[in-house]
Amino acid sequence: MFDNFPLWPARASSGAANVDALYIFLVLLSAFMCAAIFTTILVFALKYRRRAGAQAEQIEGSTALEITWSVIPMFIFLFIFAWGAVIYFQERTPPRNATEVYVVAKQWMWKLQHQEGPREIDELHVPVGRDIKLIMTSQDVIHSFFIPAFRVKQDVLPGRYTTVWFHPTKAGTYHVFCSQYCGTSHSGMIGDIVVMEPGQYEAWLSGGTSVPLADTGQKLFAQMGCVTCHRSDTQGRGPNLVGVFGKPVALEDGRTLTADENYVRQCILNSREQVVKGFPPIMPVFQGLLSEEQVNALVAYIKSLGAPQPGQTTKNPSEAALQEPQESKVQ
Amino acid sequence: MASAAVIPEREHYLNQEYGIRSWLLTVDHKRIALLYLMSITFFFFIGGFFALLIRLELLTPAGDLVQADTYNKLFTMHGQVMIFFFLIPSIPAVLGNFLVPLMIGAKDLAFPRINLLSWYLYIIAGGLYLHCILTGGVDTGWTFYTPFSTAFSNTKVIEAGLAVFIAGFSSILTGLNFVVTIHRMRAPGMTWSRLPLFIWAHYATSIIMLLGTPVLAITLVLVVLERAFHLGIFDPKLGGDPLLFQHLFWFYSHPAVYIMILPSMGVVSEIVPCFSRKRIFGYQFIALASIMIAVVGFLVWAHHMFVAGISLYSALVFSLLSYLVAVPSAIKVFNWTATMYKGTITFSTPMLYAFGFIGLFTMGGLTGLFLACLGVDVHVHDTYFVIAHFHYIMVGGAVMGYLGGMHYWWPKISGRMYPESWGRLAALTVFLGFNLTFFPQFILGYMGMPRRYWQYPPEFQVLNVFSTAGSTILAVGYVLPMVYFLWSMRYGKIAPDNPWGASGLEWMTSSPPPTFNFEETPVVTWEAYDYANIPAPEEVPVER
Repeated sequence: MFDNFPLWPARASSGAANVDALYIFLVLLSAFMCAAIFTTILVFALKYRRRAGAQAEQIEGSTALEITWSVIPMFIFLFIFAWGAVIYFQERTPPRNATEVYVVAKQWMWKLQHQEGPREIDELHVPVGRDIKLIMTSQDVIHSFFIPAFRVKQDVLPGRYTTVWFHPTKAGTYHVFCSQYCGTSHSGMIGDIVVMEPGQYEAWLSGGTSVPLADTGQKLFAQMGCVTCHRSDTQGRGPNLVGVFGKPVALEDGRTLTADENYVRQCILNSREQVVKGFPPIMPVFQGLLSEEQVNALVAYIKSLGAPQPGQTTKNPSEAALQEPQESKVQ
Repeated sequence: MASAAVIPEREHYLNQEYGIRSWLLTVDHKRIALLYLMSITFFFFIGGFFALLIRLELLTPAGDLVQADTYNKLFTMHGQVMIFFFLIPSIPAVLGNFLVPLMIGAKDLAFPRINLLSWYLYIIAGGLYLHCILTGGVDTGWTFYTPFSTAFSNTKVIEAGLAVFIAGFSSILTGLNFVVTIHRMRAPGMTWSRLPLFIWAHYATSIIMLLGTPVLAITLVLVVLERAFHLGIFDPKLGGDPLLFQHLFWFYSHPAVYIMILPSMGVVSEIVPCFSRKRIFGYQFIALASIMIAVVGFLVWAHHMFVAGISLYSALVFSLLSYLVAVPSAIKVFNWTATMYKGTITFSTPMLYAFGFIGLFTMGGLTGLFLACLGVDVHVHDTYFVIAHFHYIMVGGAVMGYLGGMHYWWPKISGRMYPESWGRLAALTVFLGFNLTFFPQFILGYMGMPRRYWQYPPEFQVLNVFSTAGSTILAVGYVLPMVYFLWSMRYGKIAPDNPWGASGLEWMTSSPPPTFNFEETPVVTWEAYDYANIPAPEEVPVER
């Protein structure tokens, strides 16, 4: 239908149909409201048009009517709000075991790196039927990663990670647009998402000779000397990082943060702002010394050091604080 | 026209004094309104010219008419000129300036000299912005988003920022003047519940101007400081936070939408009762809705940031509050419609513009429901859907209201009638041209075309061609009124004091009014929109 004049982009993700359903509901509701209001105006305009001898009937208003046409729209609005909120919650809550891809945006290109190693520019290959989570940051200004066929979009900020996830359902090639104005070639900052059948994807993935991202990170961890303080066998001058990712961390200043990607990133670049309780603030600042890609590799490595084990995540912050050496992280 | 010369001319605000000095040093609110009229018309056509170049560039998918950098400057300067130098001052500084004292039975605004100062500030800001345009322009998008504006753009960001900063003070002073005037200078008997809804709308607008504009001013100063002196506020490389800028910017710029639309709602609330010969339906609900919009409008700013990286829960709160602000807007539309019930309706030009306003504003408002809706906004945010939506509100709504008001009060302002059939033709042209330009953009947006794109994938071309075609029609619709308004100043039929048989004190003085508005201070003993006791004009004056 509408092959030559489409009204919406391809539906190629699990979430697309949900967004379209709400959109179509809103279109129908709007069309109905427009028709109702415009017809009423038209009927009044013709029926009560000025005629010889006709007198207008002065009417002050009607509180009952006012309440009716305030309260009914209000309930309709609340219904739309709730429906939209449910979809947004799904869109913003990545499944736990999603495949992660790191994205670095810069004026004016997308640099993508799979955990398995392959790097891509302005092109992203993903398999049908798997949850994909993008961990994104920008080297310069704000960009926005927009895939119309998946109905998802997320601004990509300098200085921190933002994430977006999707579940492709249909093989094909779809647009990626930068949708946040970013300078001269903003409209040239476009790319393709290539959704492949799983078999083809595995073949594509094993085609190259690239090193897995976490391995790159491990090498870097040694090169940069991180390993001298953050030892994994015994306690060093810095916290042991094994099993830290995803857990609460107690800080010197009394706060307790969850060791997520943004936390790890911030610790690597400038640990002074979030020193782990019980450790001296001696870690050098790496801001400006590491590229975004290197930071990504380190984050991927630290994540690979152990996912939270069931049972341990439920520890409350004070318990975590008592066990800092094991529980906490980079200082 | 020839006969006009025979009658010895009555003295009024236009002929009391002549010469450029008498205009540049005037403290008469009516003359200042005309100074504003000329200045904002000038900027309207500059902004419109940029818009036409944008539409021409988008006729084809390739970037072929202008360079990418030029295109980026065009949409930036189109937005900044139209918003800061046309829309925000449009109705308040022209019609509001002219009418607020007249409608409440005052001799002038509370602070006539501050009123003149506000115009000079506007001119200084406008001059600075023109200089910025002529010496290279600015390419940040009208929103000045950081860190692009503070660390990456190579254009005249500081100059543009300062121009907008100064223009902000012009708007603060206008708002201050209105608030004080409405509180202190109402004629005897002109109680709050007898105020025309135009005044209520301007009261609400003034509150936003007073409370919101300083935040924009501070934000722009911070942008300038970071750009000039590398003070780390918004740029993460300097330890700042780019989202902080967006919060501060939208804290003003969302309420600014209501600065643009509320006065238009005020205009429509005057026109609809007049041409229906009826008192307005639900007076106090419309008045209250204006105030509610002004207050709740301050609590919805982050709905511009649903994909910017704010927390899930704050997004929920701002989505919910955005739906709340939709309720008073809906109330107004229903009340205008109900006002027509059992009226005697004539289809004069101002009424056609009012119909146009209600139609386009309704569509703009309903598509606002899509954008306030978290699930849908993620997809349509920063696409042409947003462009279409806010043009329906700010051009379809605000400009239709402005033009409707200009036609409605033109006899009072100029003392002449405009040619009615040309007026109707122009109203129709604007309405059709507008819809052809902007309706296709809703579809383009849902298809996924991002905003601020100099070139685009070929599948978007058909709808862009429609849009560009519409923009040429729209341009004709906007030029027409300027031509016949100018024509009517010399050749138009002499306007009677109250050509429409309208209620309101402004119609009880002569056209054009004398310098101090009323021969003697009026005493009000009747309710607003007292159409039961005002005879309809035998025949609405028509110039053929």
